[in-house]
Amino acid sequence: MSRHTLSVLVENQPGVLARIAGLFSRRGFNIDSLAVGPTEHSDVSRMTIVVNVEELPLEQVTKQLNKLVEVIKIVELDPAISVQRELILVKVAADPQSRSHILETVQLFRAKVVDVAPDAVTIEATGNVDKLDALLRVLEPYGIRELVQSGMVALGRGARSITDRSLRSANRPA
Amino acid sequence: MTEQITGAQSLVRSLEAAGVDTVFGIPGGAILPLYDPLMDSSRIRHILVRHEQGAGHAAEGYATATGRVGVCMATSGPGATNLVTPIADAYMDSVPMVAITGQVPSASIGTDAFQEADIRGITMPITKHNYLVTDPNEIPRVVAEAFHIASTGRPGPVLVDVSKDALQAATTFAWPASVDLRGYRPVARPHAKQVREAARLIVESSRPVLYVGGGVLKSRAWAELRTLAELTGLPVVTTLMARGAFPDSHPQHLGMPGMHGTVSAVTALQKSDLLISLGARFDDRVTGQLSTFAPGAKVVHADIDPAEISKNRTADVPIVGDCREVIADLILALQGEYDAGRRGDYEGWWAQINNWMATYPLGYDKPTDGSLAPQYVIERLGQIAGPEAVYVAGVGQHQMWAAQYISYENPGTWLNSGGLGTMGYAVPAAMGAKAGRPDATVWAIDGDGCFQMTNQELATCTINNIPIKVAIINNGHLGMVRQWQSLFYNERYSNTDLGGSGRGAVGATSVVERVPDFVKLAEAYGCIGLRCEKAEDVDATIEKAMEINDRPVVVDFTVHQDAMVWPMVPAGTSNDKIQVARDMAPRWDGDE
Repeated sequence: MSRHTLSVLVENQPGVLARIAGLFSRRGFNIDSLAVGPTEHSDVSRMTIVVNVEELPLEQVTKQLNKLVEVIKIVELDPAISVQRELILVKVAADPQSRSHILETVQLFRAKVVDVAPDAVTIEATGNVDKLDALLRVLEPYGIRELVQSGMVALGRGARSITDRSLRSANRPA
Repeated sequence: MTEQITGAQSLVRSLEAAGVDTVFGIPGGAILPLYDPLMDSSRIRHILVRHEQGAGHAAEGYATATGRVGVCMATSGPGATNLVTPIADAYMDSVPMVAITGQVPSASIGTDAFQEADIRGITMPITKHNYLVTDPNEIPRVVAEAFHIASTGRPGPVLVDVSKDALQAATTFAWPASVDLRGYRPVARPHAKQVREAARLIVESSRPVLYVGGGVLKSRAWAELRTLAELTGLPVVTTLMARGAFPDSHPQHLGMPGMHGTVSAVTALQKSDLLISLGARFDDRVTGQLSTFAPGAKVVHADIDPAEISKNRTADVPIVGDCREVIADLILALQGEYDAGRRGDYEGWWAQINNWMATYPLGYDKPTDGSLAPQYVIERLGQIAGPEAVYVAGVGQHQMWAAQYISYENPGTWLNSGGLGTMGYAVPAAMGAKAGRPDATVWAIDGDGCFQMTNQELATCTINNIPIKVAIINNGHLGMVRQWQSLFYNERYSNTDLGGSGRGAVGATSVVERVPDFVKLAEAYGCIGLRCEKAEDVDATIEKAMEINDRPVVVDFTVHQDAMVWPMVPAGTSNDKIQVARDMAPRWDGDE
């Protein structure tokens, strides 16, 4: 199995998320993460879907997604030529002895403390999956009270935009 | 000023603008506003069915027999959920259909209101697309899109759910000049390079087969197919969904492949070195165990749905496109090959195939106890009603025999539930076919199990002057399930005896009460009921049924209960394991 990042442009309409999530579960494909939000075009939403599948099933996923009328375009983003980021918020137990060690870790990972309580700190961090995994491994011994992750969002590097042509021209099967 | 009308009136006008002439449905609370202006439409004939499932299958039958989009209609909640089976059926068999459902008022959506069901959510995985409309101004656009999506590309069902307040509110009507969906642009024109590559493989192969699926019928490509077959001299197999796409009487036709296909069709695919798949989808009922299917064959796979290509079997030459255009281009490309002096030599291949065809023709045993062979009934029915009649089957043994023993010469004359395998399809689908083609003779060939699932539509047929003919192949059992119990469950017949064949329990010979008595049932519905129990009466009974055209006819053919469908490839096994009869495998000596 290997991880693939799909950027999917969809019509910004009610029910689209249900349709896409339903397709994945019906066809037996697992979603690692899914993030969705509006784009620079108000009528278009962009989903970043991370799937863990082999090449052939990936082709099936893409083709099946393309059949959905509300799917406008699908692009697979190669990690080597795209920026991929996730955001996490993590609440870590912090007593007077551990607090300075935790703050040092926050500095090292260029993360931020966004809330402080007498016995805990809440840390915000962004990065790719590897960096965030490393951060969490370091924080784990202090006691992670609560963790939330945004799911990955990604953009291709360079000047080109996947929304440019697709919104006018036909959506070709992959 | 633009004329103010209600959303319901706008919906009726939209259906008229889409060219709808027939709708099958039942009214109810949420869709009542629509039924009021529907009464005034002179262009739309609404046929009031007895169950929404009947409306859905009737729309399918109408669509498959005419090539136009079938339309069914139901109210919210249970009305809509009763459409789920025919919608799923239409999705599996790529039948163009639009289903209109009423929905509770938009302010009540999500409150578990009376007769509320999220039919849009429920039908998401079984429709090509679906809509929930709460703004009356969207009605014309949505209806135009629904018919466009249902009928283009790979056809399929589209559901339009309209809230009651949208039907009641004031709006204006403007039919869109064209439909433009940026996320839906099916590719019809095949890639020239791929077509040339396919032509090259055809002339280079020595054991090619044209593997023809339902897509050839959907794209109305039967004339092109015949030209291609006769130009190349290739053997042709037609799947269950493609019966009628190529004449059964044609010498190049090997019959149907698959679990109950002919030995020659199944074996030709197995031993082939090149499959040219046209609008077929390598369904498990055709391939058997996929890993052992046609192991020596390269695959040219043409389909309008890119997702079908390489879904089950990896294609060597994928061609995305409409079958009619693909075949037309392929003919030109092959002409080019022939002009350049390249031509395939299939003489040895045909010698093998002809040997299989001669050695293993379709056949059945006549019962020795004087009872009626179901295959004989169906064979005679096909011969007497002829190749112009439309045959509509349910699901099970009778369906397979109808696919095997009727000679299909024309497209659109064979309707059945292939992918979903929906028992109860036949009677309402036959009704829809007859409504769409009133001049055709329409025979439903049904099992006694299937018939009892949807026979209430006989009332609809009688009242609306839709004189279908129904042949019940009555063996008193859920015959195909019983066959599997005979073969794979040590003849333990758990819950397959319907007790209605006049034989009572398994093995009993005394005639007991018929429950139900199909002749009396037919009469109760205003139909003519006939019964036939002996081979010598078969012709006269069918001829009598053929003469009755002023009302539906139901014939109870009481047949032998132990007849089985052969040949058979046991489920999940290799097609090499085909049996021509119980424990009888073909002998391949002298082949290769």
